Amino acid sequence: MSSELRYTANTQLEHLHARYTGTGHADLTKYEWLTHQHRDTLASIVGHPTLASYLAIADGEAVGRVKFEMTERMLQPCGPPPAKDD
Amino acid sequence: MTSPGSPRLVDSFTAPKEVLQEFADLAEEENVDPFAETASKRQIASRQSDYHNRKFNRQANESGDAFKAAEEGKDVEGGYKDAMKVQLLEKEEQRVRRAIEEKEKQAREEGKAKMDLDKTPPRAELQAAAQELAAMSGTKRKRRWDVSDTAEDGGENKENKGGEWSKEALEGAAPKKRRSRWDATPADVSAPGETPKRSRWDQTPVAANGGIDVPMTPIIMNAPGFMQEDKHNRYLTDEELEAILPSSGYAIVTPPPGYAPLVRPPKLTATPVTEVGGFQIQESSDAAAAAAAAGLAPELPTEIPGVGSLAFFKAEDAQYFAKILKEEDETELSVEEMKERKIMRLLLKIKNGTPPVRKTALRQITDKAREFGAGPLFDKILPLLMERTLEDQERHLLVKVIDRVLYKLDDLVRPYVHKILVVIEPLLIDEDYYARVEGREIISNLSKAAGLAHMISTMRPDIDHADEYVRNTTARAFSVVASALGIPSLLPFLKAVCRSKKSWQARHTGIRIVQQIAIMMGCAVLPHLRNLVECIAHGLQDEQQKVRTMTALGLAALAEASAPYGIESFDNVLKPLWVGIRLHRGKSLAAFLKAIGFILPLMDPEYVAYYIKEVTIILIREFQTSDEEMKKIVLKVVQQCAATEGVTSQYIKQDILPDFFKAFWVRRMALDRRNYRQVVETTVELAQKAGVAEIVGRIVNELKDEAEPYRKMVMETITKVVASLGASDIDERLEVRLVDGIIYSFQEQTTEDQVMLDGFGTVVNALGIRVKPYLTQIVSTILWRLNNKSAKVRQQAADLTTRLAVVIKQCGEDQLLNKLGLVLFEQLGEEYPDTLGSIIAAEGAIANVVGMTQMNPPVKDLLPRMTPILRNRHEKVQEATINLIGRIADRGAEYVPAREWMRICFELLDLLKAHKKGIRRAAVNSFGYIAKSLGPQDVLQVLLTNLRVQERQSRVCSTVAIAIVAETCGPFTCIPAILNEYRTAELNVRTGCLKALSFVFEYVGPQSAYYADSVVTMLEDALTDRDLVHRQTASTIVKHLALGVAGLGCEDSMLHLMNLVWPNCFETSPHVIGAVMEAIEAMRVTLGPGVLLSYILQGLFHPARKVREVYWRIYNSLYLGAADALVPFYPDLGELSEGQNVYDRHPLQMFI
Repeated sequence: MSSELRYTANTQLEHLHARYTGTGHADLTKYEWLTHQHRDTLASIVGHPTLASYLAIADGEAVGRVKFEMTERMLQPCGPPPAKDD
Repeated sequence: MTSPGSPRLVDSFTAPKEVLQEFADLAEEENVDPFAETASKRQIASRQSDYHNRKFNRQANESGDAFKAAEEGKDVEGGYKDAMKVQLLEKEEQRVRRAIEEKEKQAREEGKAKMDLDKTPPRAELQAAAQELAAMSGTKRKRRWDVSDTAEDGGENKENKGGEWSKEALEGAAPKKRRSRWDATPADVSAPGETPKRSRWDQTPVAANGGIDVPMTPIIMNAPGFMQEDKHNRYLTDEELEAILPSSGYAIVTPPPGYAPLVRPPKLTATPVTEVGGFQIQESSDAAAAAAAAGLAPELPTEIPGVGSLAFFKAEDAQYFAKILKEEDETELSVEEMKERKIMRLLLKIKNGTPPVRKTALRQITDKAREFGAGPLFDKILPLLMERTLEDQERHLLVKVIDRVLYKLDDLVRPYVHKILVVIEPLLIDEDYYARVEGREIISNLSKAAGLAHMISTMRPDIDHADEYVRNTTARAFSVVASALGIPSLLPFLKAVCRSKKSWQARHTGIRIVQQIAIMMGCAVLPHLRNLVECIAHGLQDEQQKVRTMTALGLAALAEASAPYGIESFDNVLKPLWVGIRLHRGKSLAAFLKAIGFILPLMDPEYVAYYIKEVTIILIREFQTSDEEMKKIVLKVVQQCAATEGVTSQYIKQDILPDFFKAFWVRRMALDRRNYRQVVETTVELAQKAGVAEIVGRIVNELKDEAEPYRKMVMETITKVVASLGASDIDERLEVRLVDGIIYSFQEQTTEDQVMLDGFGTVVNALGIRVKPYLTQIVSTILWRLNNKSAKVRQQAADLTTRLAVVIKQCGEDQLLNKLGLVLFEQLGEEYPDTLGSIIAAEGAIANVVGMTQMNPPVKDLLPRMTPILRNRHEKVQEATINLIGRIADRGAEYVPAREWMRICFELLDLLKAHKKGIRRAAVNSFGYIAKSLGPQDVLQVLLTNLRVQERQSRVCSTVAIAIVAETCGPFTCIPAILNEYRTAELNVRTGCLKALSFVFEYVGPQSAYYADSVVTMLEDALTDRDLVHRQTASTIVKHLALGVAGLGCEDSMLHLMNLVWPNCFETSPHVIGAVMEAIEAMRVTLGPGVLLSYILQGLFHPARKVREVYWRIYNSLYLGAADALVPFYPDLGELSEGQNVYDRHPLQMFI
């Protein structure tokens, strides 16, 4: 949080942002940001029936199976978090 | 020279005595400090009642930290056991003192004749005392210059008689120094080996004798120097005694062996106040008087070394801050002393400093709280809070310090819990709401820090304290603890206390705790309702009347808090309550009735009738009571009975109303304000069940009563009843009596007030068309009163016209309206602004119902008459006038020549400066109406020229008016003119134009699509301006424009504007960045999130943190606005995959 903005109206905005998952900040790593992107993508597929059935046809699977797999993959969509080096 | 007949001549003439006296008074007055009185009002102690000031009698104990002791495996002094013993002792002491006072009083009455006016004690007693002194091995010194001493000594004697409270027992049981008093030698002198943990304010602090290092210095709970400060309480010196007493017959008794004179603590002697000694006239006081005479302020420092300048400094402060007032060599001080001085400086800064100084000091003391330690901190803070001359602001600040420090110290505060409570509890019964809230907050934080067990063990001794004040505040504090730590955790303790066998005071306090919990927590008691009721239920049959009363009050509070639920929890108490009202009288009956009143609304409608029947008998009996408190409660209960669903209208009419009206509808009730309100409220509630006709029928004749307050009470009741129930119930006969009574009481009023006016308006409006037969009479009354010589009467008549206009029109009496309109028109020369305002409002009301075409006087005459009135500065006149003019502009603008309207336009500009928002809004709207009828050009010209004026408010209102004109006449009429005006070199005008445009685009919405391209060049200019405000306002325009044109095919120009807005995202000024962020968000709607994301991606991982922060903030707004829509736009980052982390979004790469 930048200090000169701490006392302005925008603090409320930042607090508000921080309350939601998927939002980021200046210290976000590549891994974290991309994980969010992947989860959003998967959620979008599960949430849009047309997209889900498109994938089901392409994959030759049932729609339910596709949705299930997408949901499962949300756990760690980009693999385990990289080791911290510091 | 003097003949026997002539009056005797005096040898000199002098001024009459009265004149001399007057001069003397004047001379005295010159020395009077005019602020002395207000200063004393600011002091909390001087304002509060004796009861509140009992806080100064309290004594704080240290509460040992049992937890810490258990950890360290040793016994603590000052624990719960000791506290209980101390408390028992105090109670006994008070009992004995009371007994002695009683005895003395008796003795005084008996020996009154003998004592007569002789103030000196009888000779016999003196001899006895001398003998006693000689005989005693001398632990005590008899002093007879102090009256209360006798009591103390009596107490000691009594104890010496032995029994449970024998001296040995006491000394064995209690901590050693309990009994020492200010007249006795501090025991540490005789027994230096002991650590004097229990020393009190009146004892010499330990540091004074030998500097034994005690971790906790005792807190002086009373103001230091309080006794010494007062000349009259000071000891008499030997010289003074010799001067007073006869030289023979008195001998100086040598002090008994073992007596050591009390050594004053250096802290006190150092203060200037205590240095006052003897009757000698001091040189310094001469100097001070001279200085005061010369108009110099008394010498109080405003610059303190190491503190800097302060906002103020009081004489009393010198006592507390003596140590830091003088310069010291800091190298000689020990670490502890340094710390103490540091705390004092910070506290002085907080208490007396200017806001910025205070702020930093507060932060410092908070940050260093643990470093300073609880002891040194509270030793300094708490005495300050007990200072008698404390003012609100100081108290607030000190309480704030405690709050902050508490938070940091956490469980370190344990030993100080009781001391803090003694200081903070009085806040809980303060008259000031905010003080109560502060007190609650502190106690709640304290209980969280110290823990429940410690709080209970600390406060338990005060529960059956002999002083009611202490018990009261303790109960309130306990309820705060309950709300902080949860009711369930406190329940077992409460159960035990409420059943205490040892003393009724404990039970009383326990029940009061429950009552306070209910009052404070409201419906949050519901989950624990059954337990709480069970806790106190048995108190209804307690042997002590006070306990029974308190129980009933507690039940009332619980029922009130839990309404409308929870009747099943009260099952057990119903019977005792209802039996109780037959057994009790007076105060406790009142409490029982109160409880019943609050329980009734919770009951099932099926059963409630039975219970009400039972209670009604008692209620009716108590109607006759002369006790005001009882009267209030009876009325309240009747009101509650009537409000329950189960009670029938039949029952109320037959069983309650006759007695009720006989007892309460008498003239006497109208005289007391509280009674008056209660009776009116209760009657209105009864009317809900009994009906309008029943109630109005009973009181309508009283409208012609000869007592005006009583008539007013009747009128108010009728108003409320008719307003809530309508007048359809009222039959023809009653209607005649009602209207007749109302006209009579309206005419007969001597003080014009709102009640009569409201009553008249409400009743006539409720009757509607039925009032037609009486209208002629009513209107002639109004006309007659409009010409009254009293301005108030004229005003009231005009107000009544306003209220009746609609009804008169309904009745089809247009002639009457015309007549009223003409008379009011003639009255427009009225000089009293309040009356003039009412007259204009009445004229407006008539114009409203009649319509502009039929209006008499015709609008073309009326409006020119209003124009000069617009210049009137009175708010009421302005508002009424602008409303009337706005109405005419809206409905009948064509009846007035355009020239007149233009004149009004110029006058209206002045109204844009009005303080009242309603006036400004009406004025701005009027511009819209006028522009609509005249065409926008001229009005717009007026408004645009007005952008050049100085006052900001006037300019802002002009911009709003421009926007309204644009909205009513179409944007195409205004936008060219605005763009043209923008080319003026004046900054104010340019900003005004931008603002006007921003409002225009906000109001016209999607229509802006037609004008987007025409304003782009202007916006280009504004967004690249050096002036921050320009860019801010331009961003606001872009926002409104972008939102207006979303989906209407203006993407190209919007993208252009986006490129111009974007660089402003690094602005830091709050308003500018706010406007820019909003513009960007609006762009998300118009351009779509994908476009925006491509802008944002540039800076999300920028090497500079400041850039990243800004970009992430924008990203977050975008993400929250359109998370799902972003999915297809995220870049393909598969190439970044490394090791286990694969960043390809495989599902998106599939295709058929």
